[in-house]
Amino acid sequence: MSVSIPNMNFLLAAPEIFLLIMTCVIMLVDLYSSAEKREGRLLFLSIFTLLVFTMRLAVDSYYEPNVFARYAFNGMFVVDGMAVILKAAIAIAVAMVIIYSRAYLVARNMFTGEFILLILFATLGMMIMVSANHFVTLYLGLELLALSSYAMVALNRDSVTSSEAAMKYFILGALASGLLLYGLSMVYGATGSLDVAKVAKVIDYSRANDPLVTFGLVFVVAGLAFKLGVVPFHMWVPDVYHGAPTPMTLFIGSAPKIAAFGFIMRILADSMGGAVADWQDMLVILAALSLALGNIIAIAQTNLKRMLAYSTISHMGFLLLGILAGTKNGYSSGMFYIITYVLMTLAAFGMIMLLSRAGFEADNLDDFKGLNQRSPWYAFLMLIVMFSMAGIPPFLGFWAKLAVLEGALNAGYTWLVVFAVLMSVIGAFYYLRIVKLMYFDEPTDNSPIVAAAGFRGLLATNALALLVLGLFPGLLMTACLNAIQRSL
Amino acid sequence: MTFQSIIFYVFAAVLIISALRVITAKNPVHAAMFLVLSFFTAAALWLLIYAEFLAITLILVYVGAVMVLFLFVVMMLDINFDKLREGFWKHLPIAATVAILMVVQMALLLMGKAINLKDAGPIVPAAGASNTKELGRILYTDYLLPFELAAVVLLVAMVAAIALTLRGRKESKSQNVGDQVRVKAGDRLKIVKMDAVVDVPAAPAPEVAEEKKA
Repeated sequence: MSVSIPNMNFLLAAPEIFLLIMTCVIMLVDLYSSAEKREGRLLFLSIFTLLVFTMRLAVDSYYEPNVFARYAFNGMFVVDGMAVILKAAIAIAVAMVIIYSRAYLVARNMFTGEFILLILFATLGMMIMVSANHFVTLYLGLELLALSSYAMVALNRDSVTSSEAAMKYFILGALASGLLLYGLSMVYGATGSLDVAKVAKVIDYSRANDPLVTFGLVFVVAGLAFKLGVVPFHMWVPDVYHGAPTPMTLFIGSAPKIAAFGFIMRILADSMGGAVADWQDMLVILAALSLALGNIIAIAQTNLKRMLAYSTISHMGFLLLGILAGTKNGYSSGMFYIITYVLMTLAAFGMIMLLSRAGFEADNLDDFKGLNQRSPWYAFLMLIVMFSMAGIPPFLGFWAKLAVLEGALNAGYTWLVVFAVLMSVIGAFYYLRIVKLMYFDEPTDNSPIVAAAGFRGLLATNALALLVLGLFPGLLMTACLNAIQRSL
Repeated sequence: MTFQSIIFYVFAAVLIISALRVITAKNPVHAAMFLVLSFFTAAALWLLIYAEFLAITLILVYVGAVMVLFLFVVMMLDINFDKLREGFWKHLPIAATVAILMVVQMALLLMGKAINLKDAGPIVPAAGASNTKELGRILYTDYLLPFELAAVVLLVAMVAAIALTLRGRKESKSQNVGDQVRVKAGDRLKIVKMDAVVDVPAAPAPEVAEEKKA
């Protein structure tokens, strides 16, 4: 029997292959390292891996800037403009998560090889989600990310809240995967293919069983909404954000959101772009509910992690505003929004971890009281983050909100845009309350704020990036627009 | 209706009923046995579409290995399953209403005119085609990437399982063969030279023997 070997084009996936090999190397290094050397080696190797990964992407796109999409693994894997930018953003976000988390985890004796390994495996899953061109590959990337995240939430075994959060996350995540798979199987039945490009072709030439595609889309969108955490599939978000150890919350709240955006783009825009009228209405409902519930319930929270969870829900509502426009401008504004959101989340959680120390969690709003008297510099950085989240010009968050609102407006959803603006005014209340606590209240806790130089530098860079990129919003926006132009 | 579709409906009905019994059975051992039954019927459904390899693997792996382990755990651990499922019967009315509503909606849609699903007809495999051979060919060519990714997912499951369950207990006593082999007489027995003591009766010279903690 002769087997024809299809064109694999392995080199295109070199960054991912490198990531996988390095993860296995780190596993072995962890095994054979003595306790004193382990921490430094793990940190160095993981950051090194992520940086080399990003460099490889950058070099690649520098030498071949105008290529639209290249395929590997017999059409299972695609590298295009969107994939490159999202992957670079994911790798940088993960590296930041590791640097932010280090001191916190070391103080709690939780900086273990498993943490780094699970994070890197999850990163590989995210890269696959962003770059997959086939429903099976997409699903496997998602499961790789999800399984690693469940385990990470549960990693603090002795904490009851962490275990409960992990259980909720796991069960609802499994349910969402089931819904997604069921929907995708219906789409397969309607179009006869699992390949993203082929499905798109069948739908575009209206050779598909359209009512069946719509039927499958209901389940697909429900599954995606679960993963993204938008209302009414948001129940797990506050509990998981609150229950998980802060570094794990930071991880779940940052890079996977970028991957989820890529995932949604591959499924809804890339493969089912022809059925945009069907999923547009579903996303409108999800977006409106998320904006309302996220912003209103966040006001009542006294725990900062829980508040940020509800704020995430409303941010995801904004993200959907961009996607539901169904145009290239809309997609690129969504991409701009998600990268901005991740930058803001990283800085906000970095701040929580800065104020926390061994045996003390600074995750209550009261812990931020009078921060200006304790350290004007950190209070200023937090002010930037909160202003940016609230969407106040000239910070980056303002431009991101503006871009998605413009996208939805061009798609003809004027009422939704007005509603979103109203809701973000409500949302501004709870962001600005933190600014008020920092500047106008007396501190309850006067312990000195100590952090390593690397941590302080990264936190300052992260927060100031929100200001600098906000002053020159064109940089990131053009990059996103170019990327989307070259991928769809 | 062909003979094949009659068999299909019989097995499908058994599958659904046994799946329902898995979650409603009071006794966990019964629930596990119903799960075995549903695996068997699912394998039979696969046989109907000539997927022999998948059917046999399902029985070998799930019935033969996974469920046996599962039964072991159920029998070894004394878990009060009734207590675990206290909320189950309380929430059943609402859950059942929602579930039935969804099933009816889906059935109306899928069987309705709009979707217009046609009878697929009996499957006739090409002469000489081998299900196993085809699966093998496709797994290592077209589906190489998903196949490798599935392996990585299993690796993650292994790392996660060890990370979540392994407790390096400090107080546990275990042997380290390497240390045992490398040990020297001097590590075990320490001979201390001291002068003979005569004046105090009944006090033998203490020979300090120190067990090396291994």
